[in-house]
Amino acid sequence: MIKLKRYYFFFILLLALLFIAFMNQALAIKTVQLTGKSILDMLFLLPPIFILVGLLDQWVKKETLIRYMGEKSGIYGVFFTLLLATIAAGPLYIAFPIAVLLLKKGASVRYIVFFLGAWSTVKLPVLVYEFTSFGLKFTLIHICFGLVFYYFTGILFEKFYSQLKLIKVDTTMKV
Amino acid sequence: MMISGMILYTIASIYLGYSFIKDKHKTKSALLKSWKMFINVLPDLLAIMLLTGLALSLLTPSLISSIIGESSGFLGIIYSTIIGSIALVPSFIVFPLGHTLIQNGAALPQVAVLMSTLMSVGLVTLTMEQKTFGRSFAYARNIASIIMSLLFAFIIWVVMT
Repeated sequence: MIKLKRYYFFFILLLALLFIAFMNQALAIKTVQLTGKSILDMLFLLPPIFILVGLLDQWVKKETLIRYMGEKSGIYGVFFTLLLATIAAGPLYIAFPIAVLLLKKGASVRYIVFFLGAWSTVKLPVLVYEFTSFGLKFTLIHICFGLVFYYFTGILFEKFYSQLKLIKVDTTMKV
Repeated sequence: MMISGMILYTIASIYLGYSFIKDKHKTKSALLKSWKMFINVLPDLLAIMLLTGLALSLLTPSLISSIIGESSGFLGIIYSTIIGSIALVPSFIVFPLGHTLIQNGAALPQVAVLMSTLMSVGLVTLTMEQKTFGRSFAYARNIASIIMSLLFAFIIWVVMT
């Protein structure tokens, strides 16, 4: 029963959709098609991502992750974060639970901000598409400026948010 | 999309198989953790996708293109930022959408800011983000992404038009 409560918002939206269906059938059908397609996309993409994250949680020791993404990881941190962020597909909100896990394993705030920024800027699988439809110049400006910007945002955010504080929010949520 | 899915499945299967050979028990708890994460995000995920579907069917490419055309200028940038900040959309939907918009007569800097905010700024997901990182961090990250998108569009404007 408690679990159903979490779907509250989704059910309200479904009701709203039903209401729209009465007013404008074409719009409702289009919404159902678009939503159905993105749900199928997600169901296709999510399993391998979550399996990899689950495995990472079990096998990668905290000390190892701190070496790769901790405060003193330097250039390794940049590369490792980039690799993690750009390989995975999917919208940014999929990255939120992954970021929390990395934080718990000892990743520094700087690289978490960089991870989220890189996730929303560069996606290796889509890179070819961006390049062919918008050109090399556009793509290069997008990637280079985006990554530099988010790296410095990470450095800035590190001064305001501590690892522990961000994790604390998460644990209180999961009651 | 298909290709990236294939690559992900291949990598995941290899690691999963390797993990299973090395330690069955650990593999089992890893999968349990994956399942828990999935169940945890599912309610928000479904709601977000339904809202996004509704927004995308209301705002058709021809409607957006007419708002952010070649002559829309600074106001067009503002509109793009607002539309783009509604929901977080994955990049494999965003780039084809941007391409369609350009073909329909939208201007490049406006499309740039729209695509960038679609991928990084989400009002619909803000509650979820707040639950995960706390209010202050969630707001700050979204604001930083808006600034990034605007600067990016500005560079495109100067360099490419």
